[in-house]
Amino acid sequence: MIEIGLGHYLTLGAIIFFLGVIGIFLNRKNVIVILMSVELILLSVNINLISFSIFSGDLLGQIFTMLILTVAAAEAAIGLAIIVIFYRNKGSIRVEDIHEMKG
Amino acid sequence: MLAHAIFFYFFSILAIFSALMVITSRSTVNSVFFLILDFISVGCLFIMVGAEFLGMILLIVYVGAVAVLFLFVVMMLNVAQQKQSWFIGQKSNHIPSGLIVSVLILLELLVVVGGWKYKENIMSSSNLVIDTTISNTHSIGSVMYTDYILYFQLSGIILLLSMVGAIILTYRKRENVKTQSYLKQISREKSSAVMLKDVDFNKGVNIDD
Repeated sequence: MIEIGLGHYLTLGAIIFFLGVIGIFLNRKNVIVILMSVELILLSVNINLISFSIFSGDLLGQIFTMLILTVAAAEAAIGLAIIVIFYRNKGSIRVEDIHEMKG
Repeated sequence: MLAHAIFFYFFSILAIFSALMVITSRSTVNSVFFLILDFISVGCLFIMVGAEFLGMILLIVYVGAVAVLFLFVVMMLNVAQQKQSWFIGQKSNHIPSGLIVSVLILLELLVVVGGWKYKENIMSSSNLVIDTTISNTHSIGSVMYTDYILYFQLSGIILLLSMVGAIILTYRKRENVKTQSYLKQISREKSSAVMLKDVDFNKGVNIDD
């Protein structure tokens, strides 16, 4: 317990990934919380990459993490823009109200 | 080593608690605040484990830009606060399957983590060994701008594309707003703008003819 190794960080990443997935599935409020859950999932992936990078002494994981951060920021910006125009057209961003495509 | 363990457990419990609060809190603004707390605690973990540059990037870019962007959109959209709790009183038929899938994913990840073992020659198989004599930022920069410059440029192009896409998606042409028209200004000519007149002494000039 005292010796913090790779397994501890991977477990933390797994738990945060699980919380992100469960947030996507169980959310009934609005789409913004789903976007935040996606951010949580990407954060857990970053935890995994950085812990592997540190504990195996390879720098490649950190560079990959930086690229993932870039793509996550772009994804958040585009998703929020889509949410803004959806709210402008429909007046609501509740998950139940989004059934235009009968999915 | 004890301090490492104490800080690890403190920040990881904080991260897990705030991730739980992100998906369960009633008000969306509270969710965004707990998302910020999650980013901060995971950024502290990154700094603690030795990836200082990415930890600071997470603190600056994520807390300073992305989470504030979330907060901005939440406050702009006037999302009504949910009266009921998020799982009571609403019939939804995909909560059990969602729970099953989520728990299965967690179990799979934990099995993989528990069964993880290093290969013997894992250090010799890596070609980007971390140099401990220089700082983390220095080593990332010396690799990022040389060997991985193509990916760096591509990520910049992705950011540019997302900026252009977000602006185009949310741009709205407003009615009844007087703005400056550059084309009209530039295409104005001397013949339609200036008139030369001979003015007689003591008679003045009549402009409206």
